[in-house]
Amino acid sequence: MYPENYRYTKEHEWVLAEGDTGTVGITFHAQKELGDIVYVDLPKPGTAVEQGKTIGSVESVKAVSDIYSPVSGEVVESNEELATAPEKLNEDPHGVAWLIKIRLSAPGEINNLMTAADYQAYLGE
Amino acid sequence: MPGKTRNHISQNEALLFEMSSPGKKGYQLPDLDVPVVDAAAVLGTENTREEITDFPEVSEVEVIRHFTRLSTWNYGIDLGLFPLGSCTMKYNPRVNETVARTEGLAWAHPYQPESLSQGALKIAVELEQALAEITGMDAVTLQPAAGAHGELTGVLLIRALLESRGNPRKKIIIPDSAHGTNPATAALAGYGVANLKSNDKGLVDVEALAKLVDEDTAALMVTNPNTIGVFEEDIVKVTSLMHSKGALVYMDGANMNALVGITRPGDFGIDVMHLNLHKTFSTPHGGGGPGAGAVAVKAHLEPFLPIPRVVRIGEMLRLDENRPQSIGRVRAFLGNYGVLIRALAYIMAHGGPGLRNATLDALLNANYIRKALEPYFDLPYTNPSMHECVFSDDRQAAKGVKTMDIAKRLIDYGFHPYTVAFPLIVHGALMIEPTETESKAELDAFIEAMIAIAKEVESDASFVLKAPYHTRTPRVDETTAARKPVLRWKPQPAVNKAAD
Amino acid sequence: MRYLPKSDAERKEMLATLGMDSIERLYAHLPKEVLLDRPLSIAPGKSEYEIIDWFRARGDENAVGYACFLGAGAYYHYRPVMCDVVVSRGEFLTSYTPYQAEMAQGTLTTIFEFQTMICQLTGMDVANASMYDGSSAIPEAAMMAMRITGRHKVLVARTVHPEYRAVLATYAKYQGVPVAEIAYDPETGKLDLDDLAAKLDAQTAAVIIQSPNFFGCLEDTAKIAALAHSKGALLVFSFAEAVSLGLLEPPHEADIVVGEMQSFAHPPSYGGPYAGIVATKEKYMRQLPGRLAGETKDSAGNRAFCLTLSTREQHIRREKATSNICTNQALIALMATVFMSVYGKQGLRELAVQNLSKAHYLAGGLPLRFSGPFFNEFAVSTNGKSPEAVNEALLSQKIVGGLPLGKYYPELSGCLLLCATEMSRREQMDKVKGAIL
Repeated sequence: MYPENYRYTKEHEWVLAEGDTGTVGITFHAQKELGDIVYVDLPKPGTAVEQGKTIGSVESVKAVSDIYSPVSGEVVESNEELATAPEKLNEDPHGVAWLIKIRLSAPGEINNLMTAADYQAYLGE
Repeated sequence: MPGKTRNHISQNEALLFEMSSPGKKGYQLPDLDVPVVDAAAVLGTENTREEITDFPEVSEVEVIRHFTRLSTWNYGIDLGLFPLGSCTMKYNPRVNETVARTEGLAWAHPYQPESLSQGALKIAVELEQALAEITGMDAVTLQPAAGAHGELTGVLLIRALLESRGNPRKKIIIPDSAHGTNPATAALAGYGVANLKSNDKGLVDVEALAKLVDEDTAALMVTNPNTIGVFEEDIVKVTSLMHSKGALVYMDGANMNALVGITRPGDFGIDVMHLNLHKTFSTPHGGGGPGAGAVAVKAHLEPFLPIPRVVRIGEMLRLDENRPQSIGRVRAFLGNYGVLIRALAYIMAHGGPGLRNATLDALLNANYIRKALEPYFDLPYTNPSMHECVFSDDRQAAKGVKTMDIAKRLIDYGFHPYTVAFPLIVHGALMIEPTETESKAELDAFIEAMIAIAKEVESDASFVLKAPYHTRTPRVDETTAARKPVLRWKPQPAVNKAAD
Repeated sequence: MRYLPKSDAERKEMLATLGMDSIERLYAHLPKEVLLDRPLSIAPGKSEYEIIDWFRARGDENAVGYACFLGAGAYYHYRPVMCDVVVSRGEFLTSYTPYQAEMAQGTLTTIFEFQTMICQLTGMDVANASMYDGSSAIPEAAMMAMRITGRHKVLVARTVHPEYRAVLATYAKYQGVPVAEIAYDPETGKLDLDDLAAKLDAQTAAVIIQSPNFFGCLEDTAKIAALAHSKGALLVFSFAEAVSLGLLEPPHEADIVVGEMQSFAHPPSYGGPYAGIVATKEKYMRQLPGRLAGETKDSAGNRAFCLTLSTREQHIRREKATSNICTNQALIALMATVFMSVYGKQGLRELAVQNLSKAHYLAGGLPLRFSGPFFNEFAVSTNGKSPEAVNEALLSQKIVGGLPLGKYYPELSGCLLLCATEMSRREQMDKVKGAIL
């Protein structure tokens, strides 16, 4: 369920670091809690982001959840497909429905985050 | 199926735009008694429009049928119990509609001379006085148009007072059980929001509050009875604590229907509060409004009230705008005046003793429902209820049925749902406020329906999940509405015959 | 009490199920110190007849039987009988906000029709279900423009209704939002484009205008929009007289349109309840304040409506909401919807032409203060007499004259603002002309 090569936050985001780029998304658990996702508000490319700070929000019909950046850096791409097809976040949150790609400014930050095993244990609590 | 059933005219109804045909008319204007003016000539062609594109053209008969048919797809208090918690959906006396249409009042222009507005101003003064007496406060403004507008007015008054003392301060403390309008209002008035966690009884935690309140705290916004329908037993301690720190206490008066004639916010230390005249004082909710959000204050906030104030100078009532400390206007003119007329008519019909009796019946009805439903639904907080009771869907959720599903099934039994999933401190809340204007028979039918649903959940949970079954409109797809918003009608694009 | 549907026997029976012997026990748990130890000092309850009589007496103390030439944000228009017939139906009058779509398709459908007709009238893509009134819609639009542009200053034309500007000032003052006013051209009565150009800067979020403006004059919306847009600001266009939309070119160039719907079926009612609107372009849809109804389908596949994009609102987003508004003016918006259906495409135009014609008849021969084109209101110099004296003379003929402008514009202390609508009669207009000339 939760890919081993991803790292996870307590706020239910994931990040996959590859070289100096981190791909960010929300977890299966997060989309399940929200229910049918209807809208995603994402930062534009060029935006500087900081680990733990709000970068946008994801909405269901009757709830809004802030998205917190798992890593610091600069947004290089945001997933434009989600603007017209937010339901992808319910269907494939760990895959095609990634949110943004970030050029990492402090790759070491990854080590502050949970592994898949940690995250599943965290969810189990 | 026990209880009531509803009939529906189930035929589909086209939108006005779809029944339109060029040349159909529902109006006739009198002949002009002056020469007709050529619009393009006096205004310029660049300023005049050709036509209102796609605007409907329908006949008078179609208009009345259209809106009458649509009305049958609605539910209203006139049809039965409307148990929305925190909304106080009580009977709307029809005489109030009649008096609001009194010619000299309905057709009074807000700028007509004061000498020809004495009746209108007298109504405002009478209502201010009655509301001050009911709340135990010193002065009232009738200008705010609704509860949230009253909240904004009240918080601006607090800000103005604190500013006059040298420091407006930075934050407002709001319990986690509060209505969403409270934090939204604080933000609108330029304050930060400090969230106060409720204690294990669902009440204001005095110790936690003592830790949270500091030199930067402007006020506490409190709802009393709070949103679980329980009177804040430590309210006097709470207000003294806030005052000892130089902060004020704002009361959200949404639940005032529990208190009228029994206790007065002004007597337990509240500095400023709003009243929802469309709740406690029965002005019709009208499918979402209009309301009125009168704000009552203690004397220390009076100089800051919005202009104009109605004042008596000699024999004459006048509108006074010369109030240098006023926060200014929050709305043009005197407020939702027609709503004020209705509220005063309501107060006159009850009189002092009648208002108290109404409160007592409101408490009786809520507690009667609570007692009857307690064996079937989880009651997360057990303090005595005032005018509403709040259950959780814990037991039903274990079977996969949530509060919204129960609400939708209740529609099949002929009732409007209770307030769903609020307050936030109760997981899966069912918030039920019957109000005083329900007969025992109506309450019994509601109780019977709720118990029947609880039993259905036990025997066939999946059946409940697909409700409602008996409405013209079964469950509506709100997800698609939000994903692909269609917020207006547009003509269908002409079919391209050649392509067929 | 006739609104309490219970006998004492039923009360007793209900109390017995609670194990209580008296109704006072229901609040016996309240702290003693907070209880009110006396009856409310409010007279005992009155009969229906007495209540009607009392309010009729109050009405008679007002200006009954007068012809009135006041406008200035509250207009006298004929109200088709149908409007009261529809809003008096209990299913509309006594219903709640349509959160439960399955039980509120009536209200939701009419909101959808209202939103559509507002778009058609204003040339915008989306409109909300209503705001409190035209005045409070202005600060809502200003805040919306600030969110969209990320800027924090607001410019407002001095030709916007003075009370609308006062409401804007109240909202802005406590949020630390600088509001500057744009002068008007003393010749034309229209916004001074040079003053606007001088005051626009890189921090201006919105330029707010009204047209027809407070003097009744039409503003040059396209020119103002071009100027605002050239500096990255949004144009907020407001209207106080909805009847003008039947004839005037809609403000396509505006980014946000706000306005007052009172003219469509609500009597002046001493200032309220009225209904405001906010409309905008599709790209700003998610920044709208207030409720929105949207089209969708029910589980049987039929067209249905529901409230939508609710995550903008206070009950979900709390302190981050686009506005704190909850209760709006739904029933007044419904009245306006019925009004618009009764008049329809041709009727609204004909109605507007009648207003234009009456106002131009009234203005004929009078010393107009401004040269700008006007719809159904205009400022007139009172020919050396004081405006108050003119009004006083008219009162004795059972006519309420115009609004003396000096209170709001000291430089116009010799002027009256006069309004004529389809309800103004020629012989009364002749008397007004006579009092001024």
